[in-house]
Amino acid sequence: MYDLPTLENNVTTETLKFTARDVHVYYGESEAIKGVDVDILDNTVTAFIGPSGCGKSTFLRCLNRMNDTIPICRVTGDIRLDGQDIYDRSIDPVQLRAKVGMVFQKPNPFPKSIYDNVAYGPRIHGLANTRADLDVIVEKSLRRAALWNEVKDRLDTPGTGLSGGQQQRLCIARAVATQPEVLLMDEPCSALDPIATAQVEELIDELRQDYSVVIVTHSMQQAARVSQKTAFFHLGHLVEFGETSHIFTNPSDERTESYITGRIG
Amino acid sequence: MTTAAFACLMVISLIGYIWNRQAATAIRQDGARLHSLVGFHGAYSLLVVLVPALVLILLWLLLQGPLIDALLKSGIRTELDGLGSGEVQLVVAEIKSIARGVVFGTPEPWKMDAAQRLTDLQARSGQMLLVLVAALSLALVLFSRRKVTAEFRARHGVERIISGLMIGCSIVAIFVTLGIVASLMFETSKFFAKVSVIEFLFGTNWEPQIPLREDQVAAEGAFGWLPVMIGTLVITVIALVIAVPVGLMSAIYLNEFAPRRFRAVAKPLLEILAGVPTVVYGFFAILVVAPAIRTFGQSLGLDVSPNTALAAGGVMGIMLIPFISSFADDALSAVPQSLRDGALGLGATRAEMMTSVLFPAAIPGIVGGVLLAVSRAIGETMIVVMAAGLIAKMTLNPLDSVTTVTVQIVTLLIGDTSFDNPKTLAAFALGMMLFIVTLIINIFALRIVRKYREAYD
Repeated sequence: MYDLPTLENNVTTETLKFTARDVHVYYGESEAIKGVDVDILDNTVTAFIGPSGCGKSTFLRCLNRMNDTIPICRVTGDIRLDGQDIYDRSIDPVQLRAKVGMVFQKPNPFPKSIYDNVAYGPRIHGLANTRADLDVIVEKSLRRAALWNEVKDRLDTPGTGLSGGQQQRLCIARAVATQPEVLLMDEPCSALDPIATAQVEELIDELRQDYSVVIVTHSMQQAARVSQKTAFFHLGHLVEFGETSHIFTNPSDERTESYITGRIG
Repeated sequence: MTTAAFACLMVISLIGYIWNRQAATAIRQDGARLHSLVGFHGAYSLLVVLVPALVLILLWLLLQGPLIDALLKSGIRTELDGLGSGEVQLVVAEIKSIARGVVFGTPEPWKMDAAQRLTDLQARSGQMLLVLVAALSLALVLFSRRKVTAEFRARHGVERIISGLMIGCSIVAIFVTLGIVASLMFETSKFFAKVSVIEFLFGTNWEPQIPLREDQVAAEGAFGWLPVMIGTLVITVIALVIAVPVGLMSAIYLNEFAPRRFRAVAKPLLEILAGVPTVVYGFFAILVVAPAIRTFGQSLGLDVSPNTALAAGGVMGIMLIPFISSFADDALSAVPQSLRDGALGLGATRAEMMTSVLFPAAIPGIVGGVLLAVSRAIGETMIVVMAAGLIAKMTLNPLDSVTTVTVQIVTLLIGDTSFDNPKTLAAFALGMMLFIVTLIINIFALRIVRKYREAYD
């Protein structure tokens, strides 16, 4: 087990990335998120924890408007990225998602080659003018995802042929290649074995230098290991939000303490 | 009598089921642990009795007719002496109708005797069947009853019998296919005995008008299949040019972009198209599309024949739209949601997601659907019989009248035919070629599907 990260070493800047105020999310009639306020800092890993069905994934999907793809889903409230309301009419969700990348619970490489998987984002967003530029982006992204050495000799083989942990790192490389400002990760390690999990966690810690990372996790140890800020969700409410070290050692809300110590969940 | 045999078999097998079940239950109540559930002991008895007895009944029904006929004929050998095979058949038919009680005029006494003997033979055969079935099934009931013990693996026995039955069913399907191919090949070989293979395969002239009788006045006949096959290809290509883009586009729209309410209305409507009988499409082609094309073409100063390949192919294309669209829709729906999320999460637009992720992933299914549509278009008969022409012309002009392989088969086989005439036999040769062409297309389709198949887990 890693030691709990300490506040002084890890939170390097105080730049606000996302600010969410009074966010409500409805699936048809039922209310999944009931008024959440949260601030997400740049160059910081923020963990969302809480029991299943508490709304943490739903809230995460609000941050890049992935909920738009669900017809019955409705979002109210105010979510700002760098001060800009992301649910404003003038915002194109496609451009928002280019800035706010996402890694999903289950590795979902496209049925294409490893190279084409990573090059997908740069291609659709026109980030590379020449093949050489694209090669550079692909290599850089795969290196960032700690996958380069394993796949550099077989970039043209299908991404679906990799192992589960490699596939998830490929998906991270794919998200990184788009050069986002924020990376959302929805339980990125739930389908991985402990070794692959450790690799991905290490990666998350490195990614923090360039991005703001938001991670949903069921593992409280993982939240404690990788994050600087932790938000505890329960039944659609944000119960407690603060420094990870504080939440795990000295929670101020009774429900947080019960969850962390395993009494509710 | 056959009904009685069936009823007897049902009753005995049911008794076997109940008997075995009760025996197994009794063993269980004595405290022993059975290997199989009591139901399997019952089912074992049921299957062990039913399967052989049903096979016996089937064989008996198949063989008793020829056997009785043979016995009947041997009884009146002297009277039949010197008659041709056709006359013998007439006499036998007359005897049979007398046996059924239908008497015309006053038949000779030996025919009456023979009819009486026939009735006796049939009655005896029925009785023998009943006795045999009863004896066999009772023996089998006893056999399976003796097997019931705690250790007896009735479940394994039942599974073995059922898997045997399944193998039997697939073998039936295979043999039927082989039988069809064999009969086709037999007739085709008779055709090629009269017309050379080279002339058929490479001839560019199709005029199968050949005298049926010596005294008929008709042309010599020419059997080059190329113009007919080219007609089929022209119509198929026209049909696909219409069906593939329209079908794919509508599938993509309905699958990804259509509002849910529109989809709920449009999809069933599209599927109604698939339910329209091809005869009705034929009406549509001949009454609406063909005149419209002709009028329009003439207004442009083009020479349009009344039966155009365009009309027949176009209507066939409309017929294939729902086919392709539902295949493509299924293939697109089968692409996992996680891939859609992945593409959208990277900032892809829905159009980019469709063209770069969903469509390539769905390609195997789509290609499969398109090639099935090709096979259907090549084999489609009714629309072309009604809307395409009868005269074989070596042309690729869609505004000209062409004929197809299926149309020619139909016209060769209706009306006065005799099955040793090249004109009639040519139909089988055409059928054989059609079969080979669709077979090649299907093999090709399977290859493509396999090559591009991606495994999702």
